[in-house]
Amino acid sequence: MLYHDIVIIGGGPAGLAAAAAAKEAGISDILILERDEMLGGILNQCIHNGFGLHTFKEELTGPEYAQRYIDRVLEEKISYRLHSMVIDISRDRQVTYINREEGLVRLQAGAVILAMGCRERPRGALNIPGYRPAGIYSAGTAQRLMNIEGYMVGKEVVVLGSGDIGLIMARRMTLEGAVVKVVAELMPYSGGLKRNIVQCLDDYGIPLKLSHTVVDIHGKERVTGVTIAQVGADRKPVPGTEEYYSCDTLLLSCGLIPENELSRQAGLEMDRVTSGPVVGDDLETSVEGVFACGNVLHVHDLVDYVSEEAARAGRQAARFVREPRKKEEKQDALLKGENGVRYTIPQHLNVECMDEQTVVRFRVDNIYRNKSIVVYFDGKEAVRRKKRILAPGEMEQIILKKSAFSSCPDVKEIRICLED
Amino acid sequence: MLDYDVIIIGAGVTGSAIARELARYSLRTAVVEKEEDVCSGTSKANSAIVHAGFDAVPGTWKAKLNVEGNRMMERLSQDLDFPFKRNGSMVLCFSEEEKPGLEKLLERGKTNGVEGLQIITGDEAREMEPSLSDEVVYALHAPTGGIVCPFGLTIALAENAAENGVEFLFNRSVDRIENTGEGYAVHTSKGDLSAKYVVNAAGVYADRIHNMVSENKIKIIPRRGEYVLMDKEAGGLVSHTIFQLPGKLGKGVLVTPTVHGNLLVGPNAVDLDDKENTATTAEGLDEIRQKALKSVKGIPYHLTITSFAGLRAHEENDDFIIGEAEDAEGFFDAAGIESPGLSCAPALGKYAAEMIAAKAGADKKPDFKGTRKGFIRAAELDPEERGKLIREKPEYGNIICRCENISEGEIRDAIRRTPGAVSLDGIKRRVRQGMGRCQAGFCTPKAMNILAEELHVDIHTICKNREGSEFLKG
Repeated sequence: MLYHDIVIIGGGPAGLAAAAAAKEAGISDILILERDEMLGGILNQCIHNGFGLHTFKEELTGPEYAQRYIDRVLEEKISYRLHSMVIDISRDRQVTYINREEGLVRLQAGAVILAMGCRERPRGALNIPGYRPAGIYSAGTAQRLMNIEGYMVGKEVVVLGSGDIGLIMARRMTLEGAVVKVVAELMPYSGGLKRNIVQCLDDYGIPLKLSHTVVDIHGKERVTGVTIAQVGADRKPVPGTEEYYSCDTLLLSCGLIPENELSRQAGLEMDRVTSGPVVGDDLETSVEGVFACGNVLHVHDLVDYVSEEAARAGRQAARFVREPRKKEEKQDALLKGENGVRYTIPQHLNVECMDEQTVVRFRVDNIYRNKSIVVYFDGKEAVRRKKRILAPGEMEQIILKKSAFSSCPDVKEIRICLED
Repeated sequence: MLDYDVIIIGAGVTGSAIARELARYSLRTAVVEKEEDVCSGTSKANSAIVHAGFDAVPGTWKAKLNVEGNRMMERLSQDLDFPFKRNGSMVLCFSEEEKPGLEKLLERGKTNGVEGLQIITGDEAREMEPSLSDEVVYALHAPTGGIVCPFGLTIALAENAAENGVEFLFNRSVDRIENTGEGYAVHTSKGDLSAKYVVNAAGVYADRIHNMVSENKIKIIPRRGEYVLMDKEAGGLVSHTIFQLPGKLGKGVLVTPTVHGNLLVGPNAVDLDDKENTATTAEGLDEIRQKALKSVKGIPYHLTITSFAGLRAHEENDDFIIGEAEDAEGFFDAAGIESPGLSCAPALGKYAAEMIAAKAGADKKPDFKGTRKGFIRAAELDPEERGKLIREKPEYGNIICRCENISEGEIRDAIRRTPGAVSLDGIKRRVRQGMGRCQAGFCTPKAMNILAEELHVDIHTICKNREGSEFLKG
């Protein structure tokens, strides 16, 4: 059977950064398997700027950001296959993929890095009643049709959901001559970045209606309009608040779901909140030698953080290949999000083996002002950081230093919560 | 000279079944359909159930054709290579007082010739189906109940009919039918056609077609049913099709696995005036979700991937209208085909074809080919076979729909067949591209490109289904 030290599933921002970091850590035998026709993933269709402020200290477009990593992969002569769909990963790290040229290939990996990304929540999952005409797109599908294929999807648009792709597409369609009538958001706050609300909606006079949702879709063949209504605290439509908007297109930006079919097939332990695998501070999943990073692990707000996390996964996978270590040797502390903290990545941490510091990322469940992020080690306060504002649309982080554990190396539970 | 011996109006499961059976005879047959593809009306949105046959009142067409259609389905699924599974069904009752209702069904079933029926206790039922509600007191168990892919069945019938010489004419609605003495002139939206015999299999529009030639007016009421479809992750919740005791408007809300492994809940029943109203409603979806929970515990509605509505072609007198119209010689009805129409289709097709062939004095063709090969499901092959297939036909190695694992090869096959897919819904119904949990988010652009390439048309003309449902605008 063919063997590679590291097999990376997905050639988007996570997969590319993981590959570059693994190579830097001394592993040369790396294979990236990408299902699409080019490396770069969804970044290729994100032609707006705003990427890379943290990583490169400059503002890049999506394709430019991706190209920096693609160039590194090419320079380092890291091998990759395009149009290659992984159909199975086994617990002993055999990876099966198919493509036109090679047919069905099974290979053995020293370590596997999952970097499959995420997908959009479709209309069906949102339970919007009405007809099922053409003209209902998830925002990313419309983005691909416009920016990669070069086609206009509609002229009069309503956007449901204020996720970042929806906000970006509201601006994009406006620039291409469409009229974006309104962005409706079910929640009383936006799911997107503040800067996107300002730059994509406010700057173009597109109204954002919070606590509103689509309650009916009209049009048998093509969308002819939608009815929007206000929702109460229970998120149910308030009778009498219905408003009709005529439009030919409804864009949906109602959340992203990590794409973990392969992870589930492989029997990885999953986190119900993130819909991604459960990982340790080394980003290793419940299956030995299988690591996860990027949006397949949890949905990120900025690609810079994806790259940073993926590089960590790449380094850890390289370390695993050099010095495999058994799962049962580890005695990990469990991380718990509470009181407004929806989840944490990682979900557990090994004090003995951890790097000098570990970044713990999480999201909050509501908008909070003037709160502190507080970390408790077995009930004892260890870290406290003040935040002026916290929002569900933005990923939060807190850094845990190894030195902080010097007085409690046997900590069992690390609790992260919000306090006044 | 007339264009055809027989024109069938409607390419749903009924029209396609009649077409396939008529193809056995030396007759020139055409199927005229107002939509762009087969299986575009009632046949595409229903419970996908092959009923055992205990519901229908003995002596009705429904009773006669259901049991026979059910018996024929297994063999037909082998001959025509479409998915069918005899998973068995149960009708639940929730109190001692309701038991006579089950006993009535049992008696009806016995009279209709349904095999293996028995009433079991709630505990026995829960032993077979652990997710059933604790409130279930008795259940009627029908081991012959089944599930089928309604698209697969209809498309298989149509393909086999076409292979045996039946012509399919799409995007033609029938405006007027005229008795010309030697036969019928059928005026369609794309020109006139003539035939000695006309078959009315027009679903919810069957009253309009019938009333064009007959003074004995009939009325078909579109009776809408809404459904919720859940992810394959939920498909294992029940293995049987679970009914409740039927009410006035139909068989009530059911919970069933689909033949592809999803979980389906529905339908409600609402009589409408509008024969095109397939919109779902918040109230309707809430209603079926609530009612289904009475039968089965813990239905994971958070795994919903889509909801949809279909229209039953309900005839006022509650039975199928089958046979030659009294005042219009050579005009045959297959009207009022609501549930259990899908189950009845194989038997109905046979009866109708025999009736028409007898009238026409047509002989059987010696070269009728009764089998058809279904679509290759590459993802279901074992790895070695799959690798071999890709080496021979590389397009099976290029995955387009990642959720259902559908390759370019399957999509091209769906388009190249006769009748082939000409819309994205047509591809979806044939090979399930876009049917999975992302509901075509990723594969829509790719499938659009393949379809435009295969049909040699501009991508701007590519539709979701009928004309007017173009994806691109501007």
